[in-house]
Amino acid sequence: MIQFTGVHKWFKQLHVLNDINLHVTPGEVMVVCGPSGSGKSTLIRTINQLEPIDQGSLVVDDMDLSDKKTDINKLRAEIGFVFQQFNLYPHLTVINNITLAPIKIRNTPKKEAEEQAMQLLIRVGLAEKRDAYPAQLSGGQQQRVAIARGLAMRPKIMLFDEPTSALDPEMIGEVLQVMQDLAKTGMTMVVVTHEMGFAREVAHRVVFMDAGTILEEAKPKDFFCNPQHERAKQFLNQLLTPMHGAGALCD
Amino acid sequence: MSILSNFQVIADNFTYFMIGRWPAGPLGGVGLTLYLAVVSCILSFFGGLILGLLSVSRHRWISWPSMLFINTVRGVPLLMVIFWMYFLLPALFGKVPESQTVIMALTLFTSAYMSQIVRAGIEGIGTGQMEAAVSTGLKHWQAMYYIILPQGLRNMIPSFVNQFVSLIKDTSLAFIVGVSELTHVGTQINNRTMAFPTEIFFFIAVVYFILCFAFTSLSRWLEQRLAWRKAI
Repeated sequence: MIQFTGVHKWFKQLHVLNDINLHVTPGEVMVVCGPSGSGKSTLIRTINQLEPIDQGSLVVDDMDLSDKKTDINKLRAEIGFVFQQFNLYPHLTVINNITLAPIKIRNTPKKEAEEQAMQLLIRVGLAEKRDAYPAQLSGGQQQRVAIARGLAMRPKIMLFDEPTSALDPEMIGEVLQVMQDLAKTGMTMVVVTHEMGFAREVAHRVVFMDAGTILEEAKPKDFFCNPQHERAKQFLNQLLTPMHGAGALCD
Repeated sequence: MSILSNFQVIADNFTYFMIGRWPAGPLGGVGLTLYLAVVSCILSFFGGLILGLLSVSRHRWISWPSMLFINTVRGVPLLMVIFWMYFLLPALFGKVPESQTVIMALTLFTSAYMSQIVRAGIEGIGTGQMEAAVSTGLKHWQAMYYIILPQGLRNMIPSFVNQFVSLIKDTSLAFIVGVSELTHVGTQINNRTMAFPTEIFFFIAVVYFILCFAFTSLSRWLEQRLAWRKAI
């Protein structure tokens, strides 16, 4: 579904992605974690080419991103993207946020698009907010609408770039719940997050990055119970102690 | 004779101040001033929008020439642009009415300034909005049209009105090429009556002030009406 082969990327002098090799299979939920500046956001943003790659090959849904002839808009329509800052359109109501792309790109009739949008709103538990403006919603509600917007094009892949990092703690759960429900439907998901509980419960595989390199790639249980790389051990310790102790996610 | 009675000259020529010789002859005075300002404003709104969009283009071969053009126009005094149009347009297209050469000059000049308002308005909308729009599969122009511009234009309204108010005042320069707008009409009456320059030019200043103040107030009203719920 997603195949990175020898991918490199530089921001000026900074080598943000260093020889990335990664394969995501259909229906897989992959969590990417790592310290700030490790390149995990850049990695996920290359998948729908919000960041172009400089070297190597990246094939997404059988479309080669290094090929100039690839229709990037067509590719993006097949991939939902959820941002840390939600990025809902503030001048449009919730329902119009969701229906814009299906109406303008797929020429879905307005009525049909709205029916589909309502289905999605029911799924994320916000049916009663259809005519609200984003600024009238809480952060957690905004992010759930953003997930519904991402799903409106019936994508094959959903990408989440730190979806809960901008939320108040009491709102994180509702967003993670929606993501977990989505994972159960068999959606292919790549999630950049610091929510290690989510990684343990939902992910099929965890990828640990540091300084632009993938240091570790393992099943959640193996990653949390038996991290191989020194940097990964350090990261887990910092994340989990002193509140829980290093082994808190391993049982 | 009290100073107030000197203002009789205004009352005597009031219709001429307001509309010139219209409807028997051509429109002049305040009427022509407003005509020049409104027509130039509408044209330079679209001119500024187009130039502004070109100047934020991702393609350098589009953005650089448009920035060069914008900066050239902004670097030249308006009076010079009016002279240029006054002599250039007839040379190119034969006889062109003076008022139209002035409209062209004002449009060209104001478009260059408007384009920078548009540019700032677009750049003021965070990159997140553009990224969100294109990541759903919208083309760049669709994202611009449905997402960026509707938000940007509302933010641009106060600056647009400032520019329009400047435009109203700039129309007074049309008097140099003999277009009978308010300032020109004022000098005519002054030349004819000889005795009341203070009263006449005081009156003209007040009229300009009223026009500009009216539009500034209108803009404040418009802003409030268009304000939508900002992010918390």
